Amino acid sequence: MSTSAPLPWAVRLGLRRGVTEFRHMLRNPEDLGWNVLIGLAVLVYLVSQRDTVVPGSGGLTLPNLALPGILASVVLFGMAIGPAFALAAEAEDGTLLRLRTTPRGTTTYTVGVVVGQLLGALPMLAIILLPWPFLLGDPMHQGAAGWAAMVGWLLLGTLAILPLGIVGGALAGRPTRVMLFVMAPVVALAFVSGVFGPQTVPPWAEGVVQVFPLYWLAHGLRATTLPAGAESLEIGGAWHPEIAALVLLAWAVAGLVAAPLLLRRTHARQTAGALADRVQAALQRG
Amino acid sequence: MDVSGETAIRVAGLRMAYDGRTVLDGIGFEVGAGEVVALLGPNGAGKTTTVEIVEGFRRRDAGDVTVLGTDPEHGDDAWRARIGVVLQSWRDHRRWRVRELLGHLADSYRPYSRPGFTRPRSVDDLLARVGLTDAADQRMATLSGGQRRRFDVAVGLVGRPDLLILDEPTAGLDPAARREFHEIVHEVVDRDGTVVLLTTHDLAEAEVVADRILLLAGGHVVADGSPASVAREVAGPAEVRWSADGARHVHSTHDPVAFTRELLARGGVDDLEVVRASLEDAYLQIVRRHEADAARHDLEVTR
Repeated sequence: MSTSAPLPWAVRLGLRRGVTEFRHMLRNPEDLGWNVLIGLAVLVYLVSQRDTVVPGSGGLTLPNLALPGILASVVLFGMAIGPAFALAAEAEDGTLLRLRTTPRGTTTYTVGVVVGQLLGALPMLAIILLPWPFLLGDPMHQGAAGWAAMVGWLLLGTLAILPLGIVGGALAGRPTRVMLFVMAPVVALAFVSGVFGPQTVPPWAEGVVQVFPLYWLAHGLRATTLPAGAESLEIGGAWHPEIAALVLLAWAVAGLVAAPLLLRRTHARQTAGALADRVQAALQRG
Repeated sequence: MDVSGETAIRVAGLRMAYDGRTVLDGIGFEVGAGEVVALLGPNGAGKTTTVEIVEGFRRRDAGDVTVLGTDPEHGDDAWRARIGVVLQSWRDHRRWRVRELLGHLADSYRPYSRPGFTRPRSVDDLLARVGLTDAADQRMATLSGGQRRRFDVAVGLVGRPDLLILDEPTAGLDPAARREFHEIVHEVVDRDGTVVLLTTHDLAEAEVVADRILLLAGGHVVADGSPASVAREVAGPAEVRWSADGARHVHSTHDPVAFTRELLARGGVDDLEVVRASLEDAYLQIVRRHEADAARHDLEVTR
């Protein structure tokens, strides 16, 4: 491998680091089993609902109406909880400190986390999408352009949510706190944001969910995959892809400003003394 | 080597306090080209704080620090690439294989080679040198504590550093691994002229590895010199014991050689004995004094 200037080189090493971490994930029975288990549970539930037609949707079945919300949730869980746990766990176990001792190691680390988490969402998407046409029929009602638009929404959603995951991990600092400060709110948000279709948003939550990226990511995905007539189920009864894009962009900008600042703070806190204190605390917990 | 003739580390008036407790109370020292210097002191003496400031990982409260010609708080990547750090690692990178991880960390040094001076070192040679060739394909999680320490040493050396910094490098190593480690340190010093700064609370280790000992206690450098001169400096006078005319005599002196010469010139001396305080005695005495001070401080805080 030929070398280049320090910054592009560190980015390249980060890319390879992310791919390596993804390979480790694929070889880890726990990680892969978790993905397969959740993916299969969702598929089994949807197959059991394959003949349920949702009233007012223009004849759509529940699974086809639900798919955009499910994809949005995969992005939310993968890009918020995944990086938050990775960052908090790797700050605690000394991974960040190890990288901090090497030149531009923090750049390599950050690129590695982003790439690793992006790749890490692919197995779940594959588990849900690949069998879908065989089990539940064609979910796409807007042709090839619809698939392209769908990929666009998934990327925009990732851009909005992944920095939030890094912010959450940096603020939480410890994996146990990620459960409380990142995972709990994310799960609560998923419950009320209409993962299985806009008709499942409780009326009292309609205002709240429209502040957060999950509803709008799902809305944007629905606008590009569902047939005309499905918009009557949306809050307000119409498609608003431009609002969806703006809300996601706003979250992306806020996250991309905050994440590097908090990441720098987290890196600056990594010292041998701090690590020794954590080892001591862990030993005392037993 | 561009460290030759250059002072590798220069520290003056370094102060550091945590939550109002002074850890470093204006310490100063220098480490020159080709030196191996041990920062020796009891736990809590500020050794780790000092090396973290030298490494650029911690901001100081006050004082001047220059490491390889640069203030560590403003060191760039090229500066970082010249410094090897041996961590006391815990459980990072558990899923990575040994060669995979060392290779990954080694690659980060590639842009910092100079003509005639290749960075990094060969990963396989280094694994062989620290005795991890057979473990190269194992996951990090499966390494024993001693193997992890040897891996940490390999990481510190992989960038072919001009300055190697080690914090308690042999904690948890058995005596054979410890001797092996000392040999590796001497090897890199001899071959590459690497400057070494290490911390230890183990006096025997400092005596074996270091050309020079900096004894840190109570926030001050209380002794600075070769192991023998530190012993003299902190141990106080030697005792000369002898008998003459059937009576025992004891005399305490800072210059036992001159005193003894004079004594023998007078004649009639039997059973002459010169007892120098050993470095170990001196060290334990300082540690005890320091711990007594710390205990008193804690009492005051509790009250």
